[in-house]
Amino acid sequence: MTATMHDVRPVGTRPTGRARAARRRSAKQKTLTAYAFLLPGLALFVALMVWPMVQALRMSLYHWNILPGAVSEFIAGDNYSRALHDPVFWRGFVNSAAYALMTVPTQMALGLLVAVALNRKVAGRTGWRTLYYLPVVTSWVVVSLVFKYLFNTDAGAVNWLLGVHIDWLGNRWPALVALSALGVWKGVGWSMLVFLAALQQVPRSLLEAAEVDGAGPARRFWHVTLPQLRAAMAFVTVMLVIGGFNVFISVFLMTGGGPAHQTETLLSYLYNQAFTFLDFGYGSAIAYLVTMLIFGLSLVQMKLFRYGEEDQ
Amino acid sequence: MKRALLYLGLALGALVTIGPFLVMLSTSFTGQSYVLQLPPRLFPEHPTWSNYSDVFGLDNFARYFLNSVLVAAGHVVLVLLLGSMMGYAFAHFDFPGKRLFFGLILGALMVPGVVLIVPQFLVARDLHMLDSRIGLVLFYVATQLAFITFLLRGFFASVPRELAEAMEVDGAGAWRVYRSLMLPLARPALGTAAIFSFLFSWDEFAWALTIINDPGKRTLPIAIALFQGQHSTAWGVVFAASTVAVVPVLVIFVIFQRLRGAGLPAGALKG
Repeated sequence: MTATMHDVRPVGTRPTGRARAARRRSAKQKTLTAYAFLLPGLALFVALMVWPMVQALRMSLYHWNILPGAVSEFIAGDNYSRALHDPVFWRGFVNSAAYALMTVPTQMALGLLVAVALNRKVAGRTGWRTLYYLPVVTSWVVVSLVFKYLFNTDAGAVNWLLGVHIDWLGNRWPALVALSALGVWKGVGWSMLVFLAALQQVPRSLLEAAEVDGAGPARRFWHVTLPQLRAAMAFVTVMLVIGGFNVFISVFLMTGGGPAHQTETLLSYLYNQAFTFLDFGYGSAIAYLVTMLIFGLSLVQMKLFRYGEEDQ
Repeated sequence: MKRALLYLGLALGALVTIGPFLVMLSTSFTGQSYVLQLPPRLFPEHPTWSNYSDVFGLDNFARYFLNSVLVAAGHVVLVLLLGSMMGYAFAHFDFPGKRLFFGLILGALMVPGVVLIVPQFLVARDLHMLDSRIGLVLFYVATQLAFITFLLRGFFASVPRELAEAMEVDGAGAWRVYRSLMLPLARPALGTAAIFSFLFSWDEFAWALTIINDPGKRTLPIAIALFQGQHSTAWGVVFAASTVAVVPVLVIFVIFQRLRGAGLPAGALKG
């Protein structure tokens, strides 16, 4: 564009050849300018994110010796096959999957419910929305400790409310229920916000047309509103499944993966292998398996939801 | 009738949502001998400030708070600077390698944070950044750079290129366009980015736990978690410290919501 503006000078004041050269020079200069803007951030990003990612792949192929300067033994795929034969790794996988199964549908259903409620004419809508969003912006460390307190066996509010005496955090499945309760509580506000934004995009004319055709509120919701939310549903599902397999801080603080690795999730096991048992090679292999799992799951879901394709 | 049900439902949901916060607050005002008594009380029988004075009596608590503030400030400034520069470059320039670099950025959005912690630990060790607040800041910036770049690129792309070109015709260089046109226009987007990068840094746990050993360099999340680990029954003090860590954040967030009125860019803020 700039070049064309220069070109509107009176004919003859500049030979066209020189103008073209100038344009080429300016394109080259633009490239250099762009690189200059990218360089500081990109250098940091490559050094502290991309390079470690490559490094992790290398480490996963070694029996990694963490002492600086020590020689590590190359063991090719042994760390990977070790993981695939490690019952605790598989238990971690099942626990993470169970956590995702318990939290993702619940968060979506509740988030959608609140969004639908707030999409009506409600007094103080911004206030409600902010309130429901508060758990999302609260520190994982703090809420994990609060839930640990609430799920206390002898005097926790949960046992008191339910009138039971369950050792929630000392047993595998009850602990997963407690962890999932925290996950849902903390996550509903996020789904709500995405769904609320999507609901506001549903064309009124469609709903009105359905009403004219005699569709009641329930049918309008199922047959008009819900199909319009497909893209939002896909986005929320993919993000929540990633988030579910990423569960770490709450596990670390509420059960520590114990007792006896019963409540270990993929990431807590990874962390324990690396920083409790100092087995960096094995930890890196688990890290790669988790990354591949998450990428694979995301791709499958995007295919299932036909994400990115237009409706109609 | 239907409206009453709607409000009743919303209020019930709200109660469940803020319940745990209320428990945290009320426990923080409960003396040690009354903690974990049944039935739980929303308003402690003998409310006391003693947990708070205990928290501030701990040698290092003010220090932890200050560490968290310093790290968050450094992180927000640096990630906004670098992220806005990158976002501007991706939005307004065409250059060789653009697709590759942007692909790297998008890929990083999908990689779970804890997955990289092992090799990052070694990189930090080689760069002598273990046990250092600079190490916290630089790795936080690297971790969040992809997200912030992505967020701001979207904004800069919505600024017409003609505006920038008009300035360039008047002789302004790219830096001046960025400084005096793009950044002022992007103020709302920068505000959102600042809030989310602040929250990220303020709450980050795994990396800080892994590289910080020196108690004097701890940030609030690890200080609180380690304190609870050592004094597993001192819930009053734990929640007093938690309240001090959490409430300012919630207040900032609510004020921000009021100022912005409208929603956050819902697409991009998984915590």
